[in-house]
Amino acid sequence: MSAIEQEDEDRETARFPGQRPPRASVGSHRIEEEVFGKAYDPRTVRRIWAFVRPYRRKIYLSVAAVLVFTATQLAIPLIIGRAIDSGMTQGGNTTNLLWAMGAFALAVLLNYGASYMQETQVGQVAEHVLFDMRRAMFAQLQRVSLSFMDKTEVGRLMSRLQGDVNSMQEFLETSVISVGDMVLLIGIIVVLLSLDFRLGLLTLSTMPVLFVVRIFWLPRAKRAFWAAHETNSITAGAMAEGINGVRTVQNLDRQKVNFDLFDDKAYSNLQTQLTGSRYAQVMVPIVDSLTGIAMAIVVVVGGSLVLNGGLEIGVIVAFLFYIQRFFDPIRSLTMQYSIMQRAMTSGRRITEVLDVPASITDKPDAITLTREMDGSVEFRDVVFGYSDDRPVLKNVSFTVKPGETVALVGPTGSGKTSAMSLVHRFYEVQSGAVLVGGHDVRDVTQESLGEQVAMVLQEPFLFTGTVFDNIRYNKASASLDDVIAACQAVGAHDFIMRLPGGYDSVLEQRGSNLSLGQRQLLSFARALVADAKILVLDEATANIDSYTERQIQKALVTLLKGRTGMVIAHRLATIRGADRIIVLQNGELIESGNHEELMPKGGLYAKLYNMNYASFDDIPDELVAKVNARAAST
Amino acid sequence: MTTDKAGRVHSRGDAQAHVAAAHAGKGQSPLLRITLYSLRHPWRAAAAIGATIIASVLQLLIPRLLGRAVDQAQNILSIGAQEAEQALFWSAVTLLVVSVARGFFTLCQNYFSESVGHHVGYELRLAFYDKVQRLPYAYHDRVHTGDLITMGLLDLDGVRMFFATGLVRVVLLSVLIGVGAYMLLTTDLLLGFLALSFVPFVAWRSSVAQLTLRKTWLMLQDKLSALTRVMEENLGGIRVVRAFSGQKFELGKFDHASKEALELSHQRVLIRVRNTSAMTFSFFAAMGLVLWAGGNKVIAGEMSVGTLASFLTFMTILQMPVRQLGLMVNSFARASTCGNRLFAFIDEPLTIEDKPGVPDLKVSEGVLRFEDVQFTYPGALYPTLDGITFEARAGQTIGIVGAPGSGKSTLAHLIPRFYDLTGGRITIDGQDVSQVSLHSLRRAVAVVQQDSFLFTTTIENNIAYGDPWSKESRIERAAESAQLHNYILGLPLQYGTVVGERGVSLSGGQRQRLSIARSLVLKPAVMVFDDSTAAIDAGTEHRIRSAIRRYAKDRVTLVISHRLSSLLHADIILFLEDGKIVERGSHEELLAMGGRYRALYDLQTRPDNDVHFGSAAE
Repeated sequence: MSAIEQEDEDRETARFPGQRPPRASVGSHRIEEEVFGKAYDPRTVRRIWAFVRPYRRKIYLSVAAVLVFTATQLAIPLIIGRAIDSGMTQGGNTTNLLWAMGAFALAVLLNYGASYMQETQVGQVAEHVLFDMRRAMFAQLQRVSLSFMDKTEVGRLMSRLQGDVNSMQEFLETSVISVGDMVLLIGIIVVLLSLDFRLGLLTLSTMPVLFVVRIFWLPRAKRAFWAAHETNSITAGAMAEGINGVRTVQNLDRQKVNFDLFDDKAYSNLQTQLTGSRYAQVMVPIVDSLTGIAMAIVVVVGGSLVLNGGLEIGVIVAFLFYIQRFFDPIRSLTMQYSIMQRAMTSGRRITEVLDVPASITDKPDAITLTREMDGSVEFRDVVFGYSDDRPVLKNVSFTVKPGETVALVGPTGSGKTSAMSLVHRFYEVQSGAVLVGGHDVRDVTQESLGEQVAMVLQEPFLFTGTVFDNIRYNKASASLDDVIAACQAVGAHDFIMRLPGGYDSVLEQRGSNLSLGQRQLLSFARALVADAKILVLDEATANIDSYTERQIQKALVTLLKGRTGMVIAHRLATIRGADRIIVLQNGELIESGNHEELMPKGGLYAKLYNMNYASFDDIPDELVAKVNARAAST
Repeated sequence: MTTDKAGRVHSRGDAQAHVAAAHAGKGQSPLLRITLYSLRHPWRAAAAIGATIIASVLQLLIPRLLGRAVDQAQNILSIGAQEAEQALFWSAVTLLVVSVARGFFTLCQNYFSESVGHHVGYELRLAFYDKVQRLPYAYHDRVHTGDLITMGLLDLDGVRMFFATGLVRVVLLSVLIGVGAYMLLTTDLLLGFLALSFVPFVAWRSSVAQLTLRKTWLMLQDKLSALTRVMEENLGGIRVVRAFSGQKFELGKFDHASKEALELSHQRVLIRVRNTSAMTFSFFAAMGLVLWAGGNKVIAGEMSVGTLASFLTFMTILQMPVRQLGLMVNSFARASTCGNRLFAFIDEPLTIEDKPGVPDLKVSEGVLRFEDVQFTYPGALYPTLDGITFEARAGQTIGIVGAPGSGKSTLAHLIPRFYDLTGGRITIDGQDVSQVSLHSLRRAVAVVQQDSFLFTTTIENNIAYGDPWSKESRIERAAESAQLHNYILGLPLQYGTVVGERGVSLSGGQRQRLSIARSLVLKPAVMVFDDSTAAIDAGTEHRIRSAIRRYAKDRVTLVISHRLSSLLHADIILFLEDGKIVERGSHEELLAMGGRYRALYDLQTRPDNDVHFGSAAE
């Protein structure tokens, strides 16, 4: 078989021109569920009200302002009508006109004041509530247990902190206005009927028509708008993916396929946008026609009433003015319903976050761990698991003496990382106890525990900000000199000085402009500045080039000097340098001792060591399994 | 193209034409260029503008008709009843017809102008996307991805909406204000002036307000994205936060960012409210003046009540559009800045593209040659690579080693022409890589990158990324060679499992294996591993290597690594330092040489024995 035939055999071919490849897509998009829920949910409303309550005076004030504002809007056509009827005929009465002008001026001033008052108050309250809600959620997320954070996607939380909070804001801003709309609607009805009952009734008969039309129109239009919104996000997602992955796209020569697939998405977006547009615009002629009908009624019927002497001309003018404003409140009130539905769903989602229990809290009589404690760490019969039925650590006991460095060693899944997290009380033990400086970690304040136990994680995490701020982090007392001293000690000073702004250089996008090794060194410096008595460190597994690697090893020595150290060690150099090695397997402590003591025992450690890999992580899982099997059989 | 339910595609075939059209008009001012681009839909544009003119004229007729009806009703007692009723009836009918027609033409105005906008948006999106894909690495190195995304979303919107919110509004306002003013002033000069007196004030206030709001909006976006970053980094780095007990510190950062955003939001509310209240006030004040002066005229017998009523309704009709004048000004400002950015991007010259009429690359023997290759990054003072010369034949493996920054990855990127050389040449079977089509070159050369992008789609689609027509057998074979097949079988949906940002997350090593599988699917003539096994353990790497060696006899393999164990089997190893090859030879030869390679080897095989921690060290 020639190479060409082979080529054809394992590739599919297009069955018709323009067919898209079978295994290709661009962009990904989480389809958000369309919201058609309840528009009023008393429990959620109560929770939301708790946030609005502090500002309730302003809310009352703005509702009052809305009422005044609406009243003036209602009054102005009336005043004009009165002005016309009370002497606006040839040779009529100027005094009456003057009175009318006075009333008009008063109404306009009130209108101005009320609208100013209402809009500033409502706008600011809504902004305040928005920020307060977001802060409450954010503060809650600082307290909730890490097990919750472990299983929750950051993107999901962010959409609650932003999208949901924004729809609450929209709801607050519009709801006061809709109070005004409601009053305006009722006001217009009352005024029209009281000006002239028959004419009012006839004119108002066009109103229910609009209601009915909108009831039919709304669900369909909402679906069309939703589809337009969705396809728009899909297209935007595909575009963002094309930008983020552009190097890989060019590398694998996918431009043509991607262009066609993107075209598909963009074109379907065009179609849904046009449909949405049609739905939005179809209401215009309907409202205009109804306005036309209402005006025609006023002219014909009003005219004949004037003829019969039953109506004055000013009333007709007032009617015509009201008709111009007639349908606005109906339009915005029906929109408000959708906004309420959305707000209820968002409100529920926000309260869900607020209700996540903070499972790890300080005891009321918790003591403060001070620097004077001895710096020992003890695990006493610790049982721990992320769920009750699957223990990750089974009855583990050991003690780390003050100033000692202990290496935790073991295959993946042996419970090393969990053991480390317990020292910092990221999770609660199921039974037994973890003691730091002789105190159960549950008896001391979390804040003081954090001050005495510094941690270096496997993946160095940097924040956007200057190098200085990153290294100093939470330790406000640290000066630039302290930071520089720390960086010199870990060997990061030289490369920092080579950055364009030295210690003031801003690390973009979590330090993506630095290499992994450099980021590791910065996280070492951060731990050094924190100057804790106990250091817990998870050594990086990723392969770093040999030069940086050497630098990191040296930094590690500096970092551990004069501190109690617990290191999850991957590198032989680190392991051999430790005072004591603790070997974990399947959540149990199986060996403990220094290198010289463990080697003659011929246990798991000796076997792994003898395989001569530069790092324990290089050893393939299968070999570890084999060693274990052998160990089990002997 | 649209796909029906059967998966068939209806060809539109003009996507490329849209892209080409977007490139026309280089050098024009952005507003002119947007206008001309929008007019590529002449029928829709003409319908929109025609409807706008008709709708605004009809709009202006309504106050007249109302005024006449009022007069007819008032005079009803003086004229004969029958006659008067008939006149009123016809007035009513005319009003109704005009209203319905106005509604219809307003619909046309809005729909067609939005439609032009949506079409323009669709076409510019294609052009934008096309350009993103074509611009070379050098461009993408320079420009932040976030800025590109903003350009593709917000700037594109600013340009797209210009027709509807800018141009059509100019027509609308000119007709309404122009014709309206003519009608008012010819009816009664004084009253006309009074009725129009609010127009300049509102136009001015609303323009100032919109421009200020736009400026503060951009500032607010900055503040909000700072706030977002604080939240995102906090949640992403929650372990660091907890490890350093930084919760209070983080809340402090949040409050600081939040406070700044809140203050700016408040400021914006005030700007908006001050202006809208002032505009409403000026409108009503003008109305009051009209009422006063008109009322006196009626009393003096110089004007009918109907004419006064028509003046007042004129004003209510003019009110909304005049307020929108600010939006129009804003639309011009926005389209101008957005258009500048977007078109500058579309006009960005392609420094790497097919030279006219170049042939496809034909691989026969599979010989890759570097001839005195020199490369300097744009803006850099020193060359990253200098005087690189070597030859590799099919079946051979070349190892490349060197300290970070020695130019290893750059060398890999030159072969598929991600960058163009600044000196020397690279050939494959005697054909200069810059003299063949990019498409054929990149098919023949696969670079497995250090961190390849993982697309949020199934594993299968990810592996078949370079050749989405691959059958399952081919995909599975590649995954097997990359030692990923067994892992995939353990996943819930196996090859159909979605990975990436919104799917199952893969470890660094798994990602690297996936990108190896991706390249294997292509069956390339030259395969470059650019430090692409760093996160894979040595044992698995060994198995990958022996699995792909079976297919490697027709292929040149380049392995870039800092882990010497990855290079042991290479036929030739090149040691790079500061962009130059300082040592070359096989592993044994280099060891015997006792130079830099030897030193690195010693460093890696004999870890420091003097490392010692803690108390025992003292």
